Amino acid sequence: MTLKLSPTQMAWRAAQDIDDGAYVNLGIGFPEMVAKFQPPGREAIFHTENGILGFGEAPAPGAEDWDLINAGKKAVTLKPGTAFFHHADSFAMVRGGHLDVAILGAYEVAENGDLANWSTGPKGVPAVGGAMDLVHGAKRVAVITDHVTKDGKPKLLKACSLPLTGVGCVTRVYSSLAVIDIEGGRFVLREKLPSLSVDELQSLTGAEMLIPGTVADLIVPEL
Amino acid sequence: MDKTLPDLATAVAGISDGMTVMIGGFGGSGAPIELIHALIDRFIATGHPRELTVVNNNAGNGHVGLAALIEAGMVKKLICSFPRSADPVVFTEAYLAGKIELELVPQGTLAERIRAGGAGIPAFYTPTSYGTDLAKGKPVEVFDGRPYVQERWLKADVALVKAHLGDRLGNLTYRMAGRNFNPLMCMAAAKTVVQVSRIVEPGEIDPEVVITPGIFVQGVVQVENPAQEEILNRAKAVYPEARA
Repeated sequence: MTLKLSPTQMAWRAAQDIDDGAYVNLGIGFPEMVAKFQPPGREAIFHTENGILGFGEAPAPGAEDWDLINAGKKAVTLKPGTAFFHHADSFAMVRGGHLDVAILGAYEVAENGDLANWSTGPKGVPAVGGAMDLVHGAKRVAVITDHVTKDGKPKLLKACSLPLTGVGCVTRVYSSLAVIDIEGGRFVLREKLPSLSVDELQSLTGAEMLIPGTVADLIVPEL
Repeated sequence: MDKTLPDLATAVAGISDGMTVMIGGFGGSGAPIELIHALIDRFIATGHPRELTVVNNNAGNGHVGLAALIEAGMVKKLICSFPRSADPVVFTEAYLAGKIELELVPQGTLAERIRAGGAGIPAFYTPTSYGTDLAKGKPVEVFDGRPYVQERWLKADVALVKAHLGDRLGNLTYRMAGRNFNPLMCMAAAKTVVQVSRIVEPGEIDPEVVITPGIFVQGVVQVENPAQEEILNRAKAVYPEARA
């Protein structure tokens, strides 16, 4: 029995919602894996902040070209149709509303769609990168996250306690336990692991979820 | 008109104490490592320039390039979006010790502030950072029912840029994602100095593929087979070598 989805499985689930022809930005880390799970017959074009549209997978070790990297500074490859551009054009694609989907990581998500994913507080070195731009640019901003923190506290909350990345920007959460939409300032449960009751899921969620008539089973292959 | 320069030392000779210096690159890609190292050489020889304000997307990686500039003690303030890397020890230690000031700017806002500086646009509005700590103290205005944060242009005394091909008129091409901030910084600095892998004759670059037109460039120096930060770091390189 699956107790919770792995990051790879969450990435697989998120990939199922990406339409053919979509322009997509994937955040650094787990969201990068979404690119591997495009359903057959669909062609999404991936954008990276540092100025590439339509890049390919990682090259074999030793075949890297360090002028050809993604926003996570990892080597990528060319594909037929790749385009390069400078940073102002890259963020015109973001801020100008040309991206269909951005999929990001999260420390906390609030029921009104507020996202906190760039700072864990005043200690250490703050770093924001392109996250604050992405949350206001893409038509759809989705989050991939464990449903709870390492010590079991909810990450889906009434209000974020950490510094915000953006206000009211998240529209869908792919968690390790459920798929939850954010509509009208509320969490709306769409899918949950079949092994989990609604009450159990609610007890792990920091704000009351709206439970529609049908909640689908969240079924993901072993990956 | 001939903007070519004989060597790297000449290219960085005009940078003096307290200047704002834009340095191109995103991580190591498009980073003008040789120009940065030439600036460090000058500092070691003369004690200048220092107290620099540096604009870059990152804060250096390992002990070469921008990290080496910070490690040499030449940087007073860094304006960047993401001061983390695989090996951010130099910036992190300087920052936590209070030896370097940080202005953190969202990446798209940083790019647009530089573009605006080059285009003569003193301020603009963006939805980015609205309602966050990075918008504190900035004017907010509502357009068509949505709030936007006012951001100001960013200009520099000097830009250090890496390109691929360049001619004596300053026309430039770049190599793949090494383009990133480089064309914007060319526009936003009073003086832009570019290292190119090869200087070619005017006309050898097809006008259709010029990315930076020469009007934005003041100096071009040839550095064949430029170093890549990632490869230097995998070899655990330190600049200058004597410090290793």
